[in-house]
Amino acid sequence: MRFQLTEDQRALRAATRQLLARHFNGEALRAAVEAPATLDRALWRELGAAGFFALRLPEAEGGVGLGLPEAVLAFEEAGRALLPGPLVATHLAAGEVPGAADGSVVVAAVDGGGPAEWLTQADVVRGDASGAVPLRSVDPLTPLHRVPGAQGATDPVAALLTAAEQLGTAVRVCELAAQHARTREQFGRPIGAFQAVQQLCARTLVRVEVARAAVYAAAVTADPVDIAAARLLADEAAVRGARDCLQVHGGMGFTWEAEVHLHLKRAWVRTHRAGENTESEEMLACDLVAGEA
Amino acid sequence: MDLTYTPEEEEFRARLREWLRGVLPSLPPKPSPDDWPGRRAYDLGWQRMLYDAGYGEVHWGASPTVRLIFLEETERAGAPYVGANFVGLLHAGPTIAAEGTQAQRVRWLAPILRGEQVWCQGFSEPDAGSDLAALRTRAWRDGDDYVVSGSKIWTSHAEVADWCELLVRTDPEAPKHRGISWLAMPMDAPGITVRPLRTLAGSAEFAEVFLDEVRVPVANRVGDENDGWRVTMVTLSFERGTAFVGEVVACRRVLVELACQARENGRWDDPVLRRRLGRLNAEFRALWRLTQWNVSEAEASGGVPGVGGSVFKLRYSHARQDLYDTAADVLGAESLDLDRPWVLDRLSSLSYTIAAGTSQIQHSIVAERILGLPRGR
Repeated sequence: MRFQLTEDQRALRAATRQLLARHFNGEALRAAVEAPATLDRALWRELGAAGFFALRLPEAEGGVGLGLPEAVLAFEEAGRALLPGPLVATHLAAGEVPGAADGSVVVAAVDGGGPAEWLTQADVVRGDASGAVPLRSVDPLTPLHRVPGAQGATDPVAALLTAAEQLGTAVRVCELAAQHARTREQFGRPIGAFQAVQQLCARTLVRVEVARAAVYAAAVTADPVDIAAARLLADEAAVRGARDCLQVHGGMGFTWEAEVHLHLKRAWVRTHRAGENTESEEMLACDLVAGEA
Repeated sequence: MDLTYTPEEEEFRARLREWLRGVLPSLPPKPSPDDWPGRRAYDLGWQRMLYDAGYGEVHWGASPTVRLIFLEETERAGAPYVGANFVGLLHAGPTIAAEGTQAQRVRWLAPILRGEQVWCQGFSEPDAGSDLAALRTRAWRDGDDYVVSGSKIWTSHAEVADWCELLVRTDPEAPKHRGISWLAMPMDAPGITVRPLRTLAGSAEFAEVFLDEVRVPVANRVGDENDGWRVTMVTLSFERGTAFVGEVVACRRVLVELACQARENGRWDDPVLRRRLGRLNAEFRALWRLTQWNVSEAEASGGVPGVGGSVFKLRYSHARQDLYDTAADVLGAESLDLDRPWVLDRLSSLSYTIAAGTSQIQHSIVAERILGLPRGR
């Protein structure tokens, strides 16, 4: 057992982080907020060229030929960078929808019974989107539709990659909170010297590490119950982490200018993707008595 | 990332499982919690059996992964826990192994491994709990001895211990972390008074220890004089690192029992309770994965666990309290009956956020040492 990142996995994570820093930095994020509901096609093709969508596609089919653990690391970085777009749907369509793998085609999906993301901006929509009604989305970077007959059944891989994005969000808000706590001074010293603030930051980090262990393990086992557990803990780490980060930022955290609300809103959107929390909880409860029935 | 074990590790697991199947039925009945001499004999007897079968040294000699497998399998099989051997095997032993002289290792390690000696921990004091370095128990040199006066508290197994790992102040003028030394004190030395303390669970789980000019040979000092704080940090990193592996496995078993109990008494039909059980399943699965992560990390870095132990302890101690609070909801009003299963565990779990560094202290450790926040007040 060596439950640690391999050298190759570390390199992949670092390369993904660099790629995203180059093509989707803070400035690009701000621009995206000012131009909501438009998808950056050039960025999408860059992601495609880097193998983001074809990561798990066999090499014989023009893919990168890697596995779920590597996909999870890439999606963690996407979550950390707050990258917008139907990333999971397009990744899952690689090899099935022509053009998805190289990023020339944007694929959205209707699944899991939650609101559908990016329906009108996508080139291809998988699933039955008839009767879709647009919502005024809480997340300025994710256009949403309510789809009447959407079914609850969902792909566990979609749930796992969503959990990976949530983990990335949790990592980022933990960084933002600690950074602010180290530098912002009140009463003549950095606020991070106050135990109440230390506690908020420490709890955020603890949630990150617990979620990370669960998400990475689920990527290795691909077991649906492990994935359900990873999903619950990653949702908690992202949503609670973003809220605590906002609290650490004080009044600034409540403004449109602070980055943290974007993380919180995206984390909320993801909690309704690929199945609800209650479904994961029910699955995990049934698992406890599975051997007995 | 790999969650499979090597053929050698799997072979160790299979051999251990086989051995446990053979010996566990022949164990004497467990003594009652208040029968201290009985508990001592039982726990030492178990350690002796482990030693004779070649498992005595698994807590120090083996790789972290083999230790993980050992704790997982013994807990799964319902084997005795370390019990009275906790301090000897998991604190004092590893500390002496890491920091002691060759003579000290020969003198103390073998008896601990053979199940001949019980150790207790003389760290905490009435006026220095979480602020461990504020301890005041004094030791001054008199010839080849230290003369020790002061008092210790929360000392588990003090009544039946042969040795005490004792922190004393050898230089009262030095800054508070600098003037401390680590001594091995024989518990039969004149001047030691042990007074049991009753816990809120009703048991005499630990004691106060009063020291009145107790003579401890200088040869019993582990590490340099006034270097005891550093020696202690080695011990504490073991305590926070992998000390809870068996308990996580045990909690997962309790959770399954709780779900079955809820199905029997009808509480399972309550979706709120059911989902809480589901969430606890996620929690303890994740804690097990975090354990595997930490063990792999310790293996890569040469065996000494890092501050990741604080992350684990924080989450685990609260999860354990949630688990037994949920047990009380499964039991309903029967949770007021001390004879029902899980009720005493619920009471004991209240100590988890206090012992071995309170959750508040652990938060500060995580904030300052991992996140790099300024030192708090």
